[in-house]
Formats: sequence, structure tokens, C-alpha cells
Amino acid sequence: MLKLNGISKIYRTGTFGGKELHAVNNVSFDIGDKEIVSLIGESGSGKSTIGKMILRLISISSGSIVLNGVDVSNHKGAALKEYYRNVQGVFQDPFSSYNPIFKADRIFSFVKQEFFPDVSASEWDKKLNSSLEVVGLNPEHVLNKFPHQLSGGQLQRFLIARALLLDLRILVADEIISMLDASTRIDVLNLLASLRSRGLSILFITHDLSLAHYISERAVILYRGCTMEMGSADKIFNRPLHPYTQMLMASVPRLDKRWDEKVNVDLKTTAADFTKGCVYYGRCPLGYEKCKERPTDVEIEKGHFVACWKVSGENPRGV
Amino acid sequence: MTLQVENLSIYYRTLRGDVHGLESTSFNVEDHEIMGLAGESGCGKTTLGTSLVYLKPPMKYIGGRVVLDGEELPIQDMERMDPFRFKRISIIPQYAMNAMNPTRKIGKMTAELLRSRNVDFKAMLPLLKERLELVKLPESVLDMYPIEMSGGMKQRMVMVISTLLDPSVLIADEITSALDVASQKAVAEMLVEFRNRECCNSAIVITHDISILYQIADSIMIMYAGQLAEKAPTDVIIRTPRHPYTKMLIATLPEVGIRYAEKQLTGIPGNPPLLLNPPVGCRFRERCPLAFEKCVEVPPFIEIEKNHFGACWKEFGTHA
Repeated sequence: MLKLNGISKIYRTGTFGGKELHAVNNVSFDIGDKEIVSLIGESGSGKSTIGKMILRLISISSGSIVLNGVDVSNHKGAALKEYYRNVQGVFQDPFSSYNPIFKADRIFSFVKQEFFPDVSASEWDKKLNSSLEVVGLNPEHVLNKFPHQLSGGQLQRFLIARALLLDLRILVADEIISMLDASTRIDVLNLLASLRSRGLSILFITHDLSLAHYISERAVILYRGCTMEMGSADKIFNRPLHPYTQMLMASVPRLDKRWDEKVNVDLKTTAADFTKGCVYYGRCPLGYEKCKERPTDVEIEKGHFVACWKVSGENPRGV
Repeated sequence: MTLQVENLSIYYRTLRGDVHGLESTSFNVEDHEIMGLAGESGCGKTTLGTSLVYLKPPMKYIGGRVVLDGEELPIQDMERMDPFRFKRISIIPQYAMNAMNPTRKIGKMTAELLRSRNVDFKAMLPLLKERLELVKLPESVLDMYPIEMSGGMKQRMVMVISTLLDPSVLIADEITSALDVASQKAVAEMLVEFRNRECCNSAIVITHDISILYQIADSIMIMYAGQLAEKAPTDVIIRTPRHPYTKMLIATLPEVGIRYAEKQLTGIPGNPPLLLNPPVGCRFRERCPLAFEKCVEVPPFIEIEKNHFGACWKEFGTHA
């Protein structure tokens, strides 16, 4: 449904903008109908940048975003507004998503003003109440309150309810539960999963691999703006192929097993040459001569892509 | 045993009255023990950690005593705490990332810090370099400004500074929370390494992430709304928790391998109580599925089994 075709984001850095920083480098993937795709990466991997590009909050340096066959990457004005009926986002910090001096439900009246000016007040109330009920809130308890009177979990559900007021097809959820407490975060996560059965697709951006595995069918692993591995969540979690994914999986703190002491985390952050070569080369234990060329995404098995010369070289089935 | 805390109560002074942030907590930390302290935000874990080192207003000392290596800690007295702070009991504060002076190079800042404690920087330099190597930082960081370092590097640097004088007890407050999984693992393992090399005798690791504690802690203490809920060796807490809050909290954690499609986890309904006028009795009562009449009295935090402490009337009922 939503397709990213080799999108990149290049920032100009340096005193006169002479240097380039590739925040996102030629990333392609798609989100199907009623699918939850996890975008996983460490800080600085460009995962939020991709989310913001999908939401058209920042411009796209190259590549295109296609929604249901329509290229939306250059939409402006009315067309962009139509796009926002279909695609909405919710962000990490629920507390800073609100203006503290206004009541929290002001976010709903904005949606009415902008998108539904002709809907009558009573009809709107009905729509709003049903939307709040979908996210598991009791309208009587939460409406007419200031942001500080609501908990983080409630505020986050509010934002989801706001998105649901539109004919939403795709929700970009950028680290939406990392600020919530353990006892409430799972409820918001379950809510996302239940929204999928209502026909919603979700791009779940996170750095927490166990959460991603819990909720999503497919996962995309990013490192320094490049896709490292992409495929069904089960495959990636149970049988990671890329050395970076393997290192990540070994670092996840689990409750069923202690960290393997033999797996060493390499903390080197060598600034590799971004324009050429594999971005993980500087930290990779398997790196060899060939890695000075940028690896291409190779389909190791159906729907499972890996960008690593070592892995694709050892797997002659690669295309 | 290194640290004994008895009936420690710390309140926060506000215009609307006292917030009961920490209510008569008693526990011990053994020699060489890494004790994990976990709970939701607002449960008082940071209050506990900070009060042991730097009890500043609006925090208010209400009662209780703290004994460190057989000597009473005058935590309520800022001046008398001076000889203990940093030397005998030290803290890696929350948001250690921003703990360093942005206008000083790391080396100079460390030197100034040591001078304020009457320690000679030159004499400490070999030790400092040794410790830097331990956390895999190059010596050149001493000539860098904090802004030149990544979050993980800053966190490791603060860890080195905090333990430079080999304190008896190190309090590590959320040291892994802001880091990526890979550096999280590295930092957590370094903390264990510090303990093993006796850079600190014991440590209290405060975090909301129980799965990290499972990796590194010897024992875990769970807090809820300013009260202690349960303390036991790590494996016991994770495998056979006794307090209903601990049980529910652990059940909410998605592990790698559990999927929504196969098994749905549930949260704990309700919210923690406000601590301005906390409810009487067990503070988990309102959210607890097992609550009964007895729970309007505060359950004592006592040893249910050997080394397994808990505060729940239901547990005493069946096992007392």
C-alpha cells in the first residue's frame, strides 16, 4: 500500500555546507494492507528521519514515496492535506505533544476545523466518543482535562484517537511506548495490534527488539541510514543473518537467558567512508576486502533481504 | 554487610503538603552484592538512591538510619555527609549524559573535582588511565569537551569519575536507559567488571528495566508507590515472585520470542496512587486482584523465605 522507493535524506554540514551527511541512504521497503512493519535501529540510524519523511515533515532528498500507486513525495497544499487524511503519526513524548496551557482535547477540535468543518456538533461528539472508546478510554473521564491531569498512557491514546478520527490507513508510530511505564506500555502495544484488525497499517519505529518482535510481522533493520536486513520478524529474530543483526540480538537483555559472555560488543565508532562501502565495515567482525564496495540487498530466501557480501556470498541462491 | 537501611522515610515538601516519596524502608546490601532496584516511574527508586548521597530540599528527612560499613551515615546533615560523599558512597546520577561541565575539558573537570575533595590529580592519573582502559575509552578523552563525546562515551566517563575513589557503595541511577542495546550491554557488563575488580564494593543499580537487572544483578528489590514490595535473589524474583505486584509486573514484559499473535500480554489495570495523601495500608491494594480486608493495614516487609523478603498479607497468611 505504501511503498518507499530508494529514499535518501542528505543534510549539508560543515561551515559552508560543503560536506554531506547521509542520514538515510537509499532505503526501500513497503507496508502492506493491515500490516505492522517494525523499523528497528539504534540512535542515529535514521529511523525517525524515515518516519518524518513518510509524514512529509521533512523533504526527501531523492527517491519517492508512493501511496496506493500515487507518488506523494511532491504533494503540496490540498493534495498534501488529502494525504494526511490517510497517513498520520504519533510521537515519542506524549507530554510535549500538547500545549500545556490548553485543554488536551483541543487536538480534536483542530481535526474538526481542518478536516470536518461541515459535520454537526452532535455527530462529531458521537464520532469522537467512539474513537476514544476504540483506544480504551472512557470519554467522561478524559475529556475536558488539561494535559497534566492525564497520565502518559492516556495522552498517548488520545493522540492515537485523534489519528483515528480521520480515514486513517497508515499510522507512523515513532517510539510511542518508550516513555511509558511497563505496566501501561503493553496496553498501548496491544491497542496498536488490535487496530490492525480494523484495517490499519502501522509503521512501528523502535529500538526495542523484543517489542518489535511481539507486535510486527515484518522488520527492517537499519544502521547508519542503510538497510542491513529486512524480512519476516520471526526469521530475523530467530535466525538473524547479518552480523549487525546478530550482534543486536545478542545484546538484547532477555528474561529467559543471560548474555553470552563470549559475544563482545565492539564500541568503536570509526567514521567509515559513507559514500562507498558497507557502513558497518568499521565494526564488523567479518569484514573483508569486498566490503569496501557497498553491498546490495540480496534476497536470501523469499522476502528475506540481507545487505552483506559475506552472507550473500555464502548463499549462492542469492539473486 | 556493607549497607544497612532501617525505616528510612523521605518526604517531599510541597505547597500542598508532604509527598510521601519513601515510606519506612528497611533493607541490607551485602558485601560484593549488586542489588537491582526496580519499579515504575514515581515509585521512589531515585528518591531512595539520591537520599543516600545528597539529601537536598525539597527532600525532607523524616526518620530512619543508614549504616555504611558499621558507621552511621549522617544523611540528613549536608556538611557531615561531605567526608562520605564520593569517597565512601558515590552516585552515577540519572541523566549522567548531561552531568559534565560543558565548558571544561574532561581532564580539567576531573582534576577540579578531585581537588575539591583534597585529592591530588597527578597521583590519581595512573589509576584514571587504567580505569579509562577498563571502559574502553582512549586517554585522549581527557583532552576533549563533553560535546565531542557520544552518549555512551559520556556515560562511561561519568562511571569512571564516580568510582575513582573506590567507594564502598556505588549507586547507579538509570545508567543504561538512554543507551542503545549494544552500548547498554557494554555499560552493564562494565559495571559488573568494576565490582569484580573492587572499584566499588557493592552497587545499587536503579532502573525500570528488569531484564537488564536479570543480566547483571545478584538480587532485585521491587518498589511500588514509595514502599518496598519484594526483595530476593535475581532468579527467585524472576522465576518465583511472591508479591502480586511483582508477578504482574514481570508478566507485562514482552520477551523476545513472545508474539502478539500467539500470546497476548496484559498490563496492570489502574494507575499508581498519588503520594500527596497516600492511601492507608498497602498502596497496591486498589490494583491488586488478591486484596482483602487485612490490606488496609500496612504489611510489614519481612523475610518470607530465606533471603526472600516481601510485603503482602496474602503471602504471610499462607506461609506464616
